[in-house]
Amino acid sequence: MRTQEQTENELLDLAAAHFKVDRKKLRPEDDIFQKLGIDSLQALELLTKLERHFGVELPDYELQGVSDFRTLAERIHVRL
Amino acid sequence: MIDLDRHSSLGSMLREALDRYEDDLCLIEADRDRERCRLTYAEVRAARGRLAGALAAGGARRVAILMTNQSKWHLAAAAALHVGATVVPLDPKLSPDEHAALLKHAGADTLFVEQHLHRKLAYDGKAIVTEAPPGFDLRGARRFEECEGEEPPPVDRARGDIACIVYSSGTGGRPKGCMLTHGNYLSQLKALLGKFTFERGDRYLSILPTNHAIDFMCGFLGPYACGATVVHLRTLRPEFVRDAFPRYRIAYAALVPMLLRNLQTGLEEKFKAISGPRSPLFSTLRWLNRILTRRRPHLGLSRRLLRPVHRGFGGSLKAFFAGGAFTDPAMLRFFYDLGIQVANGYGLTEAGTVVTLNDMADYRPDTVGRPLDGTEVRIADAGPDGIGEVCVRGPTVMAGYLNDPELTAQTIEGGWLRTGDLGRLDPTGHLRLFGRRKNMIVTAGGKNVYPEDIENVFDGLPVKEFCVFAGHVLRGDRKEQLLVVVRPDGREFLEDLRARNRRLPDYKRVHAYIPWEKDFPRTASLKIKRDALADDIRGGAGAPVVDL
Repeated sequence: MRTQEQTENELLDLAAAHFKVDRKKLRPEDDIFQKLGIDSLQALELLTKLERHFGVELPDYELQGVSDFRTLAERIHVRL
Repeated sequence: MIDLDRHSSLGSMLREALDRYEDDLCLIEADRDRERCRLTYAEVRAARGRLAGALAAGGARRVAILMTNQSKWHLAAAAALHVGATVVPLDPKLSPDEHAALLKHAGADTLFVEQHLHRKLAYDGKAIVTEAPPGFDLRGARRFEECEGEEPPPVDRARGDIACIVYSSGTGGRPKGCMLTHGNYLSQLKALLGKFTFERGDRYLSILPTNHAIDFMCGFLGPYACGATVVHLRTLRPEFVRDAFPRYRIAYAALVPMLLRNLQTGLEEKFKAISGPRSPLFSTLRWLNRILTRRRPHLGLSRRLLRPVHRGFGGSLKAFFAGGAFTDPAMLRFFYDLGIQVANGYGLTEAGTVVTLNDMADYRPDTVGRPLDGTEVRIADAGPDGIGEVCVRGPTVMAGYLNDPELTAQTIEGGWLRTGDLGRLDPTGHLRLFGRRKNMIVTAGGKNVYPEDIENVFDGLPVKEFCVFAGHVLRGDRKEQLLVVVRPDGREFLEDLRARNRRLPDYKRVHAYIPWEKDFPRTASLKIKRDALADDIRGGAGAPVVDL
């Protein structure tokens, strides 16, 4: 069973690897779009990666109103 | 195809469709790469009957629908129209407070709503909630899946009766509920199907929510009138959108420019990856197709010449519909040269959906096409350059704004709808748009400049997003200047920005840029919400303005 912190870390690892961003520069409270330099369609692509990794399903609407990694991690974590 | 002239209401047209095509496939609902359901026209008819029974028992008169893109949207709307109720489509991307305000303004007595949207909503009318998990507290609402009632007799409506109240994504805090009649929709549908018709069994890919005027027309009424199939994809994720074309052998889809751009990027990457002797061969075939289809499209020929491209889309694709924002002519040309037609157009809720459409005869990607049959366009108060306010008259113009006779009188004068958009008609009757009247600036030299018109020059700038504004919209101290708001992506963009700016005549040049880190707010159709962005920037203390 993962802790919330582990979920956050795994999310940040995946995001950094997928968008080729230095992992050390990503923090849970960072803005996803700003930090990764992505638009809303690319954010939806990230959601698919996360689903496959965590084995959960995240409807597109779960991204609505989410701007930071921590909130996204929370939404994933409650589904684990 | 159904003879639309024989019908006085959408309910009656849908009834004929559900009977006439009963054995045909009507709806497919997919989520990612899974299929959730398939319904024939007869099965849609049965579901409509059950829901209509429940609506009639509750005395529904005004039925709001608040759902993302899915098949139950159609079932709910068909049931509401069957009992003669007015449909109020709502944008699922708005906030719960905005939903509550619009429901109240519309006087909706019944609401079809997805569970995740209902959870946060304050609404005291009758709610019918879809996809609620078992045991979930619905706070007195009914479960969609348990709505059962005996099909009531249809309630017919006249062409002049209100079919829908649609809130325009227009500006300002004042809700603008456009009252669209059955006649508005039937006229619009007839004109559109005269340009692009669905063959029976053609498949339309629906990825925009059906509250969006384009999807309501092209992804609901149009396919039903022709016995076509609507494929709902419940995600906008580009990889699944791309896969859906070959998987379902899609013939038509309505896309917003952002999604078109995504498809273009994907194709360009594939083209770059072609190597060896195939590379010059492919380039030659593209060139040949461009030459042979220069005057008019030839779908069969393009499919043969550029087989891998068309096979990638399933081999049945006929056209994309694009609207909802300014579409880059170079992007339209990219698809046209591949034999993929993109019918771009111009429309607004107040005019029923579409005012002009670029059909493929005399295709002009630098314009938004010519007025649909029956629709008149004139340019009011045109300046010496021929640019003035676009005004529209015809059978698709709305009856007015709900509960707002004052605003209606300001907007519709002598039967002409004042759109607030600036445009020019060329001698061939094609309309070219320049932007919103309120965004325009008049320079010290007396020249009119339209920020939206200038944006094309900055397409391809190495930033995540950008938007050009008139100074008076953003900052009082820069009233007569143009400013560009850019969301940097870490790459160097300043030199490129300056170089592009120099390509413009001096009076059209941007004077400064504002770096902005937050995601630009967008509508459900992914159009930048210029007013919301301007509000953010005005309120954003310390947003620097960097002179160019």
